[in-house]
Amino acid sequence: MKNCLVVDDSKVIRKVARHILESLDLSVSEAVDGQDALNQCEAAAPDVVLLDWNMPVMSGMEFLQALPTAKLSARPKVIFCTTENGISHIKAAVEAGADEYVMKPFDRETLESKLSIVGVI
Amino acid sequence: MTLSAEPSPQGGVRIFSALLASRTGQILSENRAWRMETALKPVMRANGVADMDELAAKLIAHRDGKLEEAVINALLNNESSFFRDLQIFDMLNRQILPSFHATRKDRVLRVWSAGCSTGQEAYSLAIQLRNDIASWRGWRIEILATDVSTAAIDQARSGVFTQMDVQRGLAVGDLIKWFEPVGDEWHASPELRRMIEFRTDNLFHPQAPSGHYDLLLCRNVLLYFTPEKRQEVLRLLARHSHAGSVLLLGAGETVIGHSEDFAPHPEFRGGYGRKPSEAVLEEKRSRWAV
Repeated sequence: MKNCLVVDDSKVIRKVARHILESLDLSVSEAVDGQDALNQCEAAAPDVVLLDWNMPVMSGMEFLQALPTAKLSARPKVIFCTTENGISHIKAAVEAGADEYVMKPFDRETLESKLSIVGVI
Repeated sequence: MTLSAEPSPQGGVRIFSALLASRTGQILSENRAWRMETALKPVMRANGVADMDELAAKLIAHRDGKLEEAVINALLNNESSFFRDLQIFDMLNRQILPSFHATRKDRVLRVWSAGCSTGQEAYSLAIQLRNDIASWRGWRIEILATDVSTAAIDQARSGVFTQMDVQRGLAVGDLIKWFEPVGDEWHASPELRRMIEFRTDNLFHPQAPSGHYDLLLCRNVLLYFTPEKRQEVLRLLARHSHAGSVLLLGAGETVIGHSEDFAPHPEFRGGYGRKPSEAVLEEKRSRWAV
């Protein structure tokens, strides 16, 4: 079973995402900020990271920028999932290495579609 | 269709079902009949009527073409998404389009998206072709996209999609490249829109298709029709195809048992091609006999 790390400082968003992802037959782990996510990725790299942008301690963009130098067994796919819906943010995320981008609010079909595009399901 | 009887309890449902069948050939499944009231609520509000029976009565009394059109548009299922069934578009990209590229010596590619709904299928194909523009330079590419719903075609032609629409199936790279954000909407680029001719058209009284198409997409359309209507649509698609055409249907749809003209394609899994004519089969048989 493939694993998705949900990185969001909102407990509600993590719960909603977990519910959808588990219904898509993915195992789910959670992180509350970028640093927490980075630590978890170094301990055991997930297949995909669902990443919020604005978080305390370490933002989603800082996490993405730190990922290339992290000690990972394999580089996970990264899907930004954020309320930052402007085209400049989307372009910045893609340039920084995000594989996909989800604009909140999202639903099951959106997540399923993006996970399919990055080849996780 | 004759609308003559006064609607009885549940008569509205029967009248709307009959109207939809007569104008589009579509039959309402149990599931969609259950949703009918929800679908028709905006029409009821706009016409100041309280329930479906009153709407049916108004439809009968006034024989109002615009009201009929509003009811039909509301009842049609316009669900669609970009790159729906990714594996089909992957096969198009890797196998089917290169095959046409190799064999069409006149450098003309003709595509018909029949039952295109709000246009995502046609736009997806246009994106695939534009992303490989170097290969297709010098080609004339014609994409015809038709649907019976005037509302769906108006939206498709506008190229305007919601945030939810563009997140379903469209890769972020294609979103950035081919769409422009305008407020809360996303507008398809003029280059994409120029590639597609959108036309309101009825598969049972077709006006739009002309000649033969290399690629025929009729996905998630046949499932709304009776077996007889499916045969009729497949005969129409056959009339507008040639020996090298490829027909793609939706997952769960098939030509088997519905068409004398198409058979599973020997190369493209899930696709259909024209059956060889009797003359060709006879020639093959005689060669084997020798």
